[in-house]
Amino acid sequence: MAKPDFNVPRLAEYLEPPQLAPDAMAGSKPFKASRQHQAALGFPGELVENWEEVAIAKLGELLGKYRSLRVYLDGCVKCGACTDKCHYFLGTGDPKNMPVARQDLLRSVYRRYFTPAGKLFPKLVGARDLDNSVLDEWYSYFHQCSQCRRCSLFCPFGIDTAEISAAAREILDAIGVGQKYCNEILGKVHAIGNNLGLPGAALQDTLAGLEEDVKADTGVDVRFPLNVEGAEVLLIPPSADFFAEPHVDGLIGYAKVLHQAGITWTLSSYASEAANFAMFIGNYEQMRKVALRIRKAALDLKVKRIVIGECGHAWRVAYSFLNTLAGPFDFLDRNYPVPQHIVEITHDLITRGAIRLDREANDHIKVTFHDSCNVARASRMGDRPGGQFVLPREVINASCNHFHDMDPDTIGERTFCCGGGGGLLTDDLLELRVKGALPRMQALRQVQQEHGVTHIAAICAICKSQFTKVLPFYGFPMDAVVSVHQLVSNAIQLGAKA
Amino acid sequence: MTAAVAVKGKDLEVDEEGYLVKLSDWSEDVGKAMAAEDGLVLTPNHWEVINFLREYYDEFQIAPAIRVLTKAIGKKLGPEKGSTKYLYELFPYGPAKQACRYAGLPKPTGCI
Ligand code: SF4
Ligand code: SF4
Repeated sequence: MAKPDFNVPRLAEYLEPPQLAPDAMAGSKPFKASRQHQAALGFPGELVENWEEVAIAKLGELLGKYRSLRVYLDGCVKCGACTDKCHYFLGTGDPKNMPVARQDLLRSVYRRYFTPAGKLFPKLVGARDLDNSVLDEWYSYFHQCSQCRRCSLFCPFGIDTAEISAAAREILDAIGVGQKYCNEILGKVHAIGNNLGLPGAALQDTLAGLEEDVKADTGVDVRFPLNVEGAEVLLIPPSADFFAEPHVDGLIGYAKVLHQAGITWTLSSYASEAANFAMFIGNYEQMRKVALRIRKAALDLKVKRIVIGECGHAWRVAYSFLNTLAGPFDFLDRNYPVPQHIVEITHDLITRGAIRLDREANDHIKVTFHDSCNVARASRMGDRPGGQFVLPREVINASCNHFHDMDPDTIGERTFCCGGGGGLLTDDLLELRVKGALPRMQALRQVQQEHGVTHIAAICAICKSQFTKVLPFYGFPMDAVVSVHQLVSNAIQLGAKA
Repeated sequence: MTAAVAVKGKDLEVDEEGYLVKLSDWSEDVGKAMAAEDGLVLTPNHWEVINFLREYYDEFQIAPAIRVLTKAIGKKLGPEKGSTKYLYELFPYGPAKQACRYAGLPKPTGCI
């Protein structure tokens, strides 16, 4: 691991409130999108001349479109309940990373231009003019929010900072100040079909390699079909599943499960990405454009079901918005929910005894589970409330003998973000990512010490990459993170049916 | 902003993260100069990785997945070296990103 040029927080006995460090993170800013990255999404290539006007007009437009935004901007009573709930505040101590302070960066401008009191007596109501220093703060601190929504859980009015951050980023894009990481990636999805920019031929080659590997490992011909017309299931994984570790071990797990269950399936080179970064930049048209690729692939390949792989925000977009964005899906088999999560499929097969797992295969490790924020607080799995917490844990417990949950304040709906969500998983934000991971690392250290936990399982591509990167900063091995379907992959009995 | 890497008295343009802007600017000296800036001397094993990345990119217009890379290196240098761990020993900033940079390829993007 490379030596950091910042101080890595110390893991204490329990999570202490941080020492306040005003403006400690004021310098944290991701690289700006280039003219080309902006153009590919139809955004201005650089800060437009009359940017103040354009920004206010955009804010006005958003207030009209999303009633919730106005409610959130009006509703805060400064009760303080959210202040210590954000991992970025806990990790950095910068008071502007308190959720209410983050909201105020936009709220103050909203008050100035959209409320009578703010227009007449700005000082009295904390209203301020939109100027260069405000713009600077927006770019910095709205890229220090992973849109994880933990704060909103503790707010008596349910004020959602994630929505405010997304709106702010949309305003920034509209005036020509985009973020390189998100916007470059969205351009690649439009042009090639996935975040990586992995073309069809490379995908085919990668999948052929995986077939070889699984055959060598197990002696079984498990297929990784691509663009197969008439398959039952169209599987949409995050593209990191093709590329990175431990993601690919999860992909191997999905393939083994579908193989053993006798479900015909296919991947699509046109829609080879579950992620939808348009959510992070708050842009509905972009989000729809990305989602429509899934619809087109499902129609072209004449599949009956759509199944999403292990990707947190993808599941939120799919679960909550896919039908509105790209529906109706009346051409799919109505006996199955549209869409389904791969964990739901595996869980159902285990419950019905249609696949068999050998827990001893994972006896060399002790596992805990990281609930991904978008799965935990913005979606569901299965047919019972809280299924998004129960199903993955039941799948893990069916795959291994040693499982221990982390502190209840850090899991389930109270889960802490991995520190890299919301479009922040980029090297130019490394300090923020390392510091934001503090609460999760703390909880992991605790189960390591109390129960000998060796591995943290995740169901999100971003969480997996983020942990791989930040674990070593806290003294854990980088490969202490595993995919949930990697555990399944290790344990599944291939071959003869029961 | 324009940053550059100096190779044999010539400044070649790189982006804000140090990746070569023009793929055609690359030569072995570029890889060496970038490594030197990181305090690294490239051994023949480093070059096996870099050359494989370039060949793969040439064919597929993208860097290989980590498994494709470890398998290829295992075949070239022996199975004990065909591991992510070994690649991180060679390229401590991460084989995908650091080795791609030395190879003159664009930075891989996405959730990786
Ligand atoms: S949404 Fe998450 S990252 Fe953003 S302010 Fe709230 S707790 Fe922090
Ligand atoms: S918890 Fe809600 S009302 Fe209280 S300060 Fe935070 S945002 Fe405002």
